Amino acid sequence: MLQYAAIVLIMLGLYGLLTQRNIIKIIISLNILEIGVNLFIVSVGFVTDGIAPIFTSVNNSSNLLFVDPLPQALVLTAIVIGVGTTALGLALAKNIYQKYGTFDINEMGEE
Amino acid sequence: MTLINIVEIVVSVLLIALAFLAINSKTLIKSVMFLSSLSMLAVIGFVIMRAPDVAVTEAVIGSGLVTSLFVFTLLAVRKAGKKI
Amino acid sequence: MKNFLALLLTLFLGYMIMSWLATNEFFPAMGDVDVTTRVSQKYIERDVNGNSEEVVFGEATNLESGPANTVTAIVADYRSFDTLGEVTVLFVSSLGVALLLGGTKQRRLELNFHPNFMLRVGSRALFGIILMTGIYISIHGHLTPGGGFPGGTMIASSMLLLYLADDEFRAKVKGFKILESTTGSAYVIIGLLGLLLGGYFLENLLVNGVLGDLFSAGMIPIIYILIGLKVGSEISGVIDNFLTEEGV
Repeated sequence: MLQYAAIVLIMLGLYGLLTQRNIIKIIISLNILEIGVNLFIVSVGFVTDGIAPIFTSVNNSSNLLFVDPLPQALVLTAIVIGVGTTALGLALAKNIYQKYGTFDINEMGEE
Repeated sequence: MTLINIVEIVVSVLLIALAFLAINSKTLIKSVMFLSSLSMLAVIGFVIMRAPDVAVTEAVIGSGLVTSLFVFTLLAVRKAGKKI
Repeated sequence: MKNFLALLLTLFLGYMIMSWLATNEFFPAMGDVDVTTRVSQKYIERDVNGNSEEVVFGEATNLESGPANTVTAIVADYRSFDTLGEVTVLFVSSLGVALLLGGTKQRRLELNFHPNFMLRVGSRALFGIILMTGIYISIHGHLTPGGGFPGGTMIASSMLLLYLADDEFRAKVKGFKILESTTGSAYVIIGLLGLLLGGYFLENLLVNGVLGDLFSAGMIPIIYILIGLKVGSEISGVIDNFLTEEGV
């Protein structure tokens, strides 16, 4: 069920990227797309009744049923890269507003 | 149908609804707030899928830091707009 | 009309993804995954170089990778080179933000409210607790969920609290830059030391110890503390750039 929700989130993010004309809205759509992709990648490694891939004093043996740790490691780095790209995009948006006085890409360069 | 299935379905429906609202809101600040709650729900999704590392990271970054960056941008722009 | 076309395009893409997922025999349904046929099983059993014994918490000593948290073992040991590249991406993006928003004469962005005495003092008390939590999460990255990335972001969140609760506060940004450069260079130097003494880049030089101890896993806690400090100082610098503007 969560996997289908992730695919719908990817579709909604792409729809927002194609239709929105406001730069802040475009960055928000990009963030929604990113959350969808992250949820999808983690769902690829999910095992029903599996346990989180951490050895503790309770789950103490490698013979137990763990979920797949590799997609989680990839998503962990992807989230941190996401905050870097979002910050760079917002800095660009702030500079564009100071030059043109608007966030709307249709109104830019008209006057 | 166990409790975890019901939670999963509720979270999935709310994720899609919040993404739709975040894209189609009229004001920018409402969009940013819907994006923040979307991240918070994604954290529940990660916990259901047994990914505590990703859940901690997403909780700190997605719903805390990114939201504050968006709000600061809107704050600075509103002040500049007043001057012009 | 344009919106309708975009809707059609996204629906077509969604149909393609769903039909591909439904018919592909190599892609099992969610939850039916067999981890033992994947490469991840080798990571869980610490079996990449050949170790057929069962890994037991609190007993297994000197495994090929020491952390009890398997995600940390992948991020900071098996794929440490990947993480080095990722930290570089974050460094470049914070450099770009500083280039776009920075300047010589900077002053604080004025907030609409003026914080009173109680808010300023209370936020300083909370600042220490949040900072402690961030450092704790960075240090225990090889035992518990978390690690350098969320720990560093928590350190940055404590700076964010100070910025929000005091409208005249500005951190010493130059210190952030120095800390960021030092920790980033230290990560590369650790990698080069491994190349010199052990034979390949980012080789784990220290002993791994018992699985589950605080002082175990060799270099990995050191690398994670460095990553935590680097991410924390970088994101604090980004926050400072967003909360200042050019002026007198």
